[in-house]
Amino acid sequence: MNDSDATVKLVVDGHEIQAKPGEMIIAAAEKAGVLIPRFCYHPRLEPVGVCRMCLVEVKGPRGFSLQPACYLPVAEGMEVVTNSDKAKKAQDGVLEYLLANHPLDCPVCDKGGECPLQDQTFVYGPGESRFVEEKRHYPKPIPISKLVYLDRERCIQCDRCTRFADDVAGEALINFIGRGGSIQVNTFPDKPFSSYFSGNTVQICPVGALTATPYRFKARPWDLEQVESTCVGCSVGCQIVVQSSENELVRYLGLDSEAVNHSWLCDKGRFGFESVNSSDRLGTPTIRNGTAAKEASWTEAMAKLAEPLNRARKRPESIAIIGGAHLANEDLYVWSKLAKSIFGTDSVDAQLGDGLDPRLLTRTNRATIADAVGAEVLVLLSGDIREELPVLFLRLREAAISSGLKIVELTHAATSLTPNAAASIVVSPGQVEATVRSLVEQSGQEPSDPSIAVAKAIIAGADPNRIVVLAGRMNQAGSSLDQERAIATLIDAKPGSKLLSGLRRANVNGAIDMGFVPGHLPGRCALTEGSKELIDAWKQVPTQIGRSTPEILAAAANGEIDVLFLIGADPISDAPDPELSERALAKVGTVVSVETLPNASTRFASIILPAAAFTERMGSTTNVESRISLLGQKLVSFGLSRPEWMIAVEIAAAIGEDLGFESMHDVWRELSVVSPLHRGLSLQALGSPGTREGVLVPVRRSRVSIASNRSLDPVATPGIISVEHSGPPSSSGTGRGSDAYPGIEANASAVESVDSRISGDLLDLLATPNEVAPIGSGDLVPVLRRRLFDGGTMLVRSKNLTELAPAPRVTVGGSTAASMGFAAGSKVTLSNGTSELPDLELVVDRGVADGVVVVDLDGESGLTRRVIQGENLRLTIKLESV
Amino acid sequence: MTLAPFKIVSKRVDDPEAVGLQGYLATGGYQALKRAVLDLTPEAIRDQVMQASLLGRGGAGFEAGRKWSMLKKSDVRYLVINGDESEPATFKDHMLVERDPHQLVEGALIAGYAIGAARIFIFLRGEFALGLERVQAAINEAYEYGAIGRNIFGSDFSIDLVLHPGAGAYICGEETALLESLEGKRGFPRIKPPYFPAVIGLYGQPTIVNNVETVSNLPWIVMNGGGEFSELGVGRSRGTRLFALSGDVIRPGNYELEMVKNTFRDLIFDPEMGGGLAPGRQVKAVIPGGVSAPWLGPDQLDVLLGQDEVAAVGSMLGSGSIIVMDDSTCMVRAAWRIAKFFARESCGQCTPCREGGSWIEKVMRRIETGSGREEDLDLLMDLCDNIVPGVSWPPQQTTICVLGPSIPSSVATAIRMFRDEFLLHIKEGGCPYE
Amino acid sequence: MARFTPDMETRALAVIELYPERRSATIPLCHLAQEQDGYLTREAMEQISELVGITPAEVLGTASFYDMLHTEPVGKYLVGVCTNIACLLKGGEELLEHAEQALGVAPGGTTDDGMFTLEEMECIAHCDKAPAVQVNYRFFGPLGDESFDSLVEELRGGALDAVVPPHGTLSRVHRTSGIAVPLAEIIEARRSGDLLEAERARAKAEAEGAGGNQL
Ligand SMILES: Cc1cc2nc3c(=O)[nH]c(=O)nc-3n(C[C@H](O)[C@H](O)[C@H](O)COP(=O)(O)O)c2cc1C
Ligand code: SF4
Ligand code: FES
Repeated sequence: MNDSDATVKLVVDGHEIQAKPGEMIIAAAEKAGVLIPRFCYHPRLEPVGVCRMCLVEVKGPRGFSLQPACYLPVAEGMEVVTNSDKAKKAQDGVLEYLLANHPLDCPVCDKGGECPLQDQTFVYGPGESRFVEEKRHYPKPIPISKLVYLDRERCIQCDRCTRFADDVAGEALINFIGRGGSIQVNTFPDKPFSSYFSGNTVQICPVGALTATPYRFKARPWDLEQVESTCVGCSVGCQIVVQSSENELVRYLGLDSEAVNHSWLCDKGRFGFESVNSSDRLGTPTIRNGTAAKEASWTEAMAKLAEPLNRARKRPESIAIIGGAHLANEDLYVWSKLAKSIFGTDSVDAQLGDGLDPRLLTRTNRATIADAVGAEVLVLLSGDIREELPVLFLRLREAAISSGLKIVELTHAATSLTPNAAASIVVSPGQVEATVRSLVEQSGQEPSDPSIAVAKAIIAGADPNRIVVLAGRMNQAGSSLDQERAIATLIDAKPGSKLLSGLRRANVNGAIDMGFVPGHLPGRCALTEGSKELIDAWKQVPTQIGRSTPEILAAAANGEIDVLFLIGADPISDAPDPELSERALAKVGTVVSVETLPNASTRFASIILPAAAFTERMGSTTNVESRISLLGQKLVSFGLSRPEWMIAVEIAAAIGEDLGFESMHDVWRELSVVSPLHRGLSLQALGSPGTREGVLVPVRRSRVSIASNRSLDPVATPGIISVEHSGPPSSSGTGRGSDAYPGIEANASAVESVDSRISGDLLDLLATPNEVAPIGSGDLVPVLRRRLFDGGTMLVRSKNLTELAPAPRVTVGGSTAASMGFAAGSKVTLSNGTSELPDLELVVDRGVADGVVVVDLDGESGLTRRVIQGENLRLTIKLESV
Repeated sequence: MTLAPFKIVSKRVDDPEAVGLQGYLATGGYQALKRAVLDLTPEAIRDQVMQASLLGRGGAGFEAGRKWSMLKKSDVRYLVINGDESEPATFKDHMLVERDPHQLVEGALIAGYAIGAARIFIFLRGEFALGLERVQAAINEAYEYGAIGRNIFGSDFSIDLVLHPGAGAYICGEETALLESLEGKRGFPRIKPPYFPAVIGLYGQPTIVNNVETVSNLPWIVMNGGGEFSELGVGRSRGTRLFALSGDVIRPGNYELEMVKNTFRDLIFDPEMGGGLAPGRQVKAVIPGGVSAPWLGPDQLDVLLGQDEVAAVGSMLGSGSIIVMDDSTCMVRAAWRIAKFFARESCGQCTPCREGGSWIEKVMRRIETGSGREEDLDLLMDLCDNIVPGVSWPPQQTTICVLGPSIPSSVATAIRMFRDEFLLHIKEGGCPYE
Repeated sequence: MARFTPDMETRALAVIELYPERRSATIPLCHLAQEQDGYLTREAMEQISELVGITPAEVLGTASFYDMLHTEPVGKYLVGVCTNIACLLKGGEELLEHAEQALGVAPGGTTDDGMFTLEEMECIAHCDKAPAVQVNYRFFGPLGDESFDSLVEELRGGALDAVVPPHGTLSRVHRTSGIAVPLAEIIEARRSGDLLEAERARAKAEAEGAGGNQL
């Protein structure tokens, strides 16, 4: 792999520069500080060379000629002149042509002030237009989706949005229509550009042709304040710029992080910030007595909490905490310490029964996104990645299409990656472990299922060190044990393979690393494995493994829990059994809700403590690949709300304990000593320019001077180049995330300590499978599947996203539909014998196994959970109307 | 001064019987293909074509033999016959496909055999409904006859031939736009380098694109030898060629002439060819190779009809279509009409072509319709300069394909040759010819 | 009617089989749809998108590029008057003006009775008969004002029904010989790993490998 270090030398405007072989002139020149003007070129899209703005003089065998810098790769000894009279004349000519039909409505255009067309026109300054003819006219902006408006008069036909939609997102829902001067971008009539990724087209549009509904007329670029941050919409950890105007969030932009998001964001991440601006935000502590709720001061609230808490401390297992997956790492560490060392309870769970056994993550070799896209084989044992980790889907899709990644998918229903998978195996719930076994076992028998045969051959032929397993939750209904055993079986069978976490909640991976799950301590240690430093700092840790969320709820319903903390958690909508959750919450003496927004479960809280939202506080988060990156603070926190770590410190103080933290620096000072995973890190180190892309933990390499690459496309937002380029010069490593950081020491013994817990016998850790009751005839086994726009709390409070949540539908396979005589599009009722869910649209999809019904999980309404509860897993479908 | 001593590609066009298989066979049809697949190796045919110096007849004038030799090695290669013929005033392929479809099919099969194609596509201009009917009928007959399909004439050679209709877009004559169109996409020319179709063409496979007339020569070459072919003509321009003569002449039509034997004057005035102009009329200008070519003046009529000969006087033979404009013609209107054509036919990818083309058209329209300004002439030249730096010939290119650089040809030569006429339009506020 | 009739769908499927990649059939299928409905209906474009495996927006994007493909209804006869250079020199513009008056519509317009849609054409490769006119892609010329009028008369009266084809440039092909290539044999050959099977399979592998070996 040494050729990536090879360079070629060329001369640009008289200066010799170095570039990578194959790199386009425009990119090489940019790194050397020469910004060649451009519109259509985007570093993450295949070049098309259509706008012709980047014409420069390049010397060839017959002397200098004008060539598009975006389309010509560098060559050894090449001579390029970007600023000659001839090149300038060509560029000016193109610019004048582009302006000929451009409306010049800059004063009312969102792009005004950050528009490369405008900027370059100032530089070129033709003064008066020589174009005196009638301009092209189209009706003013038309919505091409709920989120995006298109103004065709402003469009300069750069092909960026259309290339993005087709090549990157794989959804050619917008296209060029017409020919020549009448060419326009548009959708098919009545088929809107409803893509999860539509916002990216707005970000990359070089003019104001595409604008986002949530941002239109909200702010002017020169009024914006901005900070770099990490998106917490899910656990991919996309790098972003958060922009605000007058203490209100107005826009997110995707930063170009080589390791993570390649500048893309999904629409949920991009526009979900609206929930922070929601008028429903909780801003004051609230105390409830019976049905009477009253606002209180923090002091009153703490006093109110101290008494039941002090009582409960006598029986630590009567205190439990659910939630935390949305917290920052610092909050999680502090809450972890509060629970496990002060309260003495291990009944702490950041997963709501919708995740995986944390040991799969703490006891395996973890893969990075770069490992996954660069793997030979990626085995998917997860839900539909586009629905759950959208930008990771883009990365995987690209790798499958253009760098030969072979995807082997085990799924209950066709997914968004099925078209790009080398093998897609449809399995029924309960059959996952058995199927994986047939993939890896040595028997000479040829599997009868052709997709299994293909997959088996692919896996057998692959270098185990280049196999990555993407482990998420294939089915939100029922137990995950079968699937967990499948993951363990595969990893045990392929020593050297790695696991990429597919757990999707924002910082659930950080929560696991902070020990905010049962049985764990910070640093991926079991309760018995705490370091000496940890024991010193924490004094005590629980010895009994605590309860998981479903167990906590069951215990609570039994009256065994006295104080229950819900931290950013809504078990009524989110945990597998809403009725159990209701019974549980009703029974617990003191429910304490630490929340930014009210939800179904806060109704049961006797104390509500308002938390600061992301963008209102500093901190860090950990993504699927264990990359820790910073959250930026852009707003002052709402009302009296506070960051969760401070709330923990206050609670400790209220019961007369001292956690020992006054600032987040204090938190890191302790964390980086007690946790082998975080050894050597600090907030300063995380904030240094060399680690702007975040730090992978444990830190395995140090002091290699590869600075991380985070930038914004200068054509998208020319106004903020200066901010983004203020770090050290960025490298443009292709495909390789940097895992080495200047200024941070790798600590061999810490790495060793983390690695030593990786067991070769993962399966032995897991319980043995339960007997599966046979399925009655006419019964269907449910698969509960997540959708990106699921009507969850964040979505419901983001006014432009709310409407996007589709009504839940039920999907069955062709033969199931046929045997029941149902046609696609029928209205059906789903029934579990006791409850029913009516008025569902039936979808027929050949990619669903026989006897299985796939149901879309909905969010706050929690309706589907009410029919598919806990372990109650036999459903029937009744036809209402065709 | 003379028609060709014998005709090669147009010998059957006046014989309605030859459209069908029987008539074609009766006039020596499919003898060449038989000889090719039964007696000759592909290399031997490629040698003959190389010897023939068969220049492509589609416009660019690249030697067919050399193009074939640049084909990248690959198991799957394609041959695509370019029958999109939309260059204004070009109508030779139209005649060939309607009146001698089997010759085209046979020529295509020979080329397919010579280059080892996996399949042949004939891309025919969609408007040629009769041509589509006749070529498809010929293909059907040829399958029946054993000239296409498995084991052609009992040889080891098998190939299929598909007729593909275009749908009306001039740019699809450009070979890479044609391939895109054949792939079911918009006719956007592909950006080069490095994608010459011979390296990466249809479906990403090495592909040869040859014009209808080009391959229609192949049966004759196989029967008579490349050497015989190159006996005709001079220099690089060998054999015969169809010249499509139109405009202000008494006898417009297609004339098959030996290359480099006749001058423009011969073609226009010979009684067996153009037959001269209407009584009392003089030649004002001639467009020598389709509307992409710069115009020639009356003083250039003695240039010989050969590729290099026309290039030597700053224009091109192009598609071999010659448009004669007499002295009753308004040069502003003629140039404007050509500008309008390019503005309508730009594919729309490149800014200079898309915006420049329609801007130029608008200014030309203003001048012709009476709202011209004196500074418009400089503006026009500068707009041309922005598409073709220096407004030079052969044009330097700022665009992906050469449609863009073709825009200035007519406008710039019209302004250069007939500046006074432009000024008159501007001064009089309208067209003096109306 | 908008989706393909069963007979048309059979033809459509046969056309798709002619190509190594389905998408290539997009334009021929658009012609088929026009043969059936006169123009490209939305439903037809959606069906074509399903048949060739692209999005409806891509079908529209392709179709809208081409002059012969109409996404709005057109008259029974598309009358195209060429005004490009060779015809211009012979009075093409004057003929177009006359046609506008005779039919009472501007270029692009359709007569009220739905009989004629008038179009201004770029060169239709009939220059030796300038000024030239095409009616449903059947060529006429040279035409003067009177001969144009009588052409219109004859069309109206049905006198040219045998000569002037209906919509869809492939209708002539269909009505005469059809596509009589041995499709079954081609498909079989492709399946049985013969020459053409190699096309699809190797196309992919080849695209990855490099090397500019010459013949
Ligand atoms: C704008 C443009 C239009 C063209 N139109 C045609 C055409 O209608 N027919 C044709 O054979 N070649 C046309 N060509 C040339 C083709 O690109 C290509 O050179 C030719 O088909 C190769 O065949 P040949 O080598 O046999 O001439 C055109 C080129 C350009 C740039
Ligand atoms: S020069 Fe014109 S026709 Fe050619 S690719 Fe560019 S825009 Fe299209
Ligand atoms: S042509 Fe190079 S940036 Fe557009």
